[in-house]
Amino acid sequence: MLELKDIRTCYGNIMALKDVTLSVPAGEIVALIGANGAGKTTTLMSISGIVPPRSGEILFLGQPIQTLGPDEIVSLGISQVPEGRRIFPKLTVAENLDMGAFLRSDQAGIKSDLDYIYGLFPILAQRRYQQGGTLSGGEQQMLAIARALMARPRLLLLDEPSLGLAPLFVKLILTMIRKISDEQGTTILLVEQNANMALKIAHRGYVMENGRIAFSGTARSLLNNESVKSAYLGI
Amino acid sequence: MKNLTALKQPLLVSAWFMFLTFPLMVIRVNTIENVVEWRWRNMIWVGTASFLLTFLWRYLSDRREAARKEAERTEDHEQTLGRFLAGRPEVGRYLSVGAMILALIFPFVFSTYQTNIMATALMYAVLGLGLNIVVGQAGLLNLGYVAFYAAGAYSYALLNHHFGIGFWTALPVGAVVGALFGILLGFPVLRLRGDYLAIVTLGFGEITRLVLENWNDFSFGPSGISNIPRPGFFGIALDIRGATIYLYFLVLLLCLATVFIVNRLQNSRIGRAWIAIREDETASQAMGIDGTKTKLTAFALGAFWAGMVGVIFAAKTTFINPASFTFLESAMILSIVVLGGIGSIPGIITAALFLILVPEYLRAFSNYRMLIFGSVMVLMMLFRPQGIVAGARRTYTFRRRKSGPELERG
Repeated sequence: MLELKDIRTCYGNIMALKDVTLSVPAGEIVALIGANGAGKTTTLMSISGIVPPRSGEILFLGQPIQTLGPDEIVSLGISQVPEGRRIFPKLTVAENLDMGAFLRSDQAGIKSDLDYIYGLFPILAQRRYQQGGTLSGGEQQMLAIARALMARPRLLLLDEPSLGLAPLFVKLILTMIRKISDEQGTTILLVEQNANMALKIAHRGYVMENGRIAFSGTARSLLNNESVKSAYLGI
Repeated sequence: MKNLTALKQPLLVSAWFMFLTFPLMVIRVNTIENVVEWRWRNMIWVGTASFLLTFLWRYLSDRREAARKEAERTEDHEQTLGRFLAGRPEVGRYLSVGAMILALIFPFVFSTYQTNIMATALMYAVLGLGLNIVVGQAGLLNLGYVAFYAAGAYSYALLNHHFGIGFWTALPVGAVVGALFGILLGFPVLRLRGDYLAIVTLGFGEITRLVLENWNDFSFGPSGISNIPRPGFFGIALDIRGATIYLYFLVLLLCLATVFIVNRLQNSRIGRAWIAIREDETASQAMGIDGTKTKLTAFALGAFWAGMVGVIFAAKTTFINPASFTFLESAMILSIVVLGGIGSIPGIITAALFLILVPEYLRAFSNYRMLIFGSVMVLMMLFRPQGIVAGARRTYTFRRRKSGPELERG
């Protein structure tokens, strides 16, 4: 569904991505793991067009998207959950979700998706008239994911959904991600520090080091790979 | 005992103030007769005034502190005027019908002078509502708003001077010129936020004024343009009183149209995009909102109203020169928005009436105008930072029930 071919992205003179090539097959969860500064977030930013790549090609459903603006990329069906959640703190939960469906105009579809999301995250339904900023960290993360789902994306880009959450919440959020993938068939590219948890729910994984893809393979094979184990899984 | 401590600080402050102002307020040296005049009465004034002000200050801050503690204790939201109005739509309706009737009979009850300053106040209300689109809704601090106002005024004055174009043709033209200026300013500042944006817009406003002041061939420089015709009324020549009343109703109509449109904009798709941009620009991009287009529409629409009011201003005063478009005007309009309550339509109208009418009626204190203005601003920001009428964007209240917490739409 998504193909990155030799992507190079720079911040000024610093090259953050050095010829990154990866592919995300339809319907799968692909985990992108690696240390701080390896280029995981930059990869997502390049895909979503917020930091466009210098060279290389990004194909979404066979169509090159690396030259499009962020809003056009969203309208193609790629939705991003930014790092650090970035919900709208002064808007209510319902208004936040409403913003997620900004580009859609099918009222009936929005309504049914809203019902689905409230079913998936009952806590958001309970707090729908509360300001986003008053939610707990875990609830805010759920809201951020729910908001991205409201765009009814074909590809969901998740940037560190476990950031700053209690272990119990990390597990809950990642289970939810797997559930969304299984029930909705949404393709997911998941960027995570928590490599162990991410690989457990993913089908496939890529390990990044210093702006390059160091290892790739099925999630299971990465979990059993000795060098990945010692470097990222802490086993 | 508690009362004594409450008095101690004001007493100290007033003593300090009497000491500080002593050389200025008490001693007056008459160099011609070589005598020193001791004006002890002034000292008493300073002492009493500073004592009373400090006392009031303490009282207000104590009360605010107590209210905050109370709110924390009961976990209850404070009852704001905006929420009060939002919860009781019928009160708001009575108020607006009353205001409407008052506005309609106003020019027939009061003198031409009164009607004239009321029209000015309403013009500022429209300007405030226009600036509110940029500052309140899209969250882009604009300190050069007066440039668009000037663009509108000068487009009518110049078009009339050179081509004899009438008021009604110039009105939309002025508005569009204003909007174009908005886009012109918008493009270079798209990437700027907060303080940087404020400085650039401030510079833009000053540049516009300086160009108008110095480009004699184009704008006739500081001497300005005179003999701008008042708006025509189906070809009938109106006397001064008639023209004033006519203009008053024109501004009133424009004000109502603005309220209606701004209200619709707030709840529209573009209004939601503005809110998203204001709240978090990165997140709004992730929602698929085109930041460039959204910001430019905010600038253009805000400037549109300024251009339109500029045309009316030129027609009202029949004379314009760059001195009418100083930074002070921008600051005044921004004060109206902030004082009224960012995002609140009734608040902005109230603040416009207050800020324009009060200085007019208190002409006796005109020397102290800026002093009072400044103190009111400081006091407002300290005690009511949300404005006279806080923006009542859909709010929801919690009501505790026996069966546990339950949500209710308020």
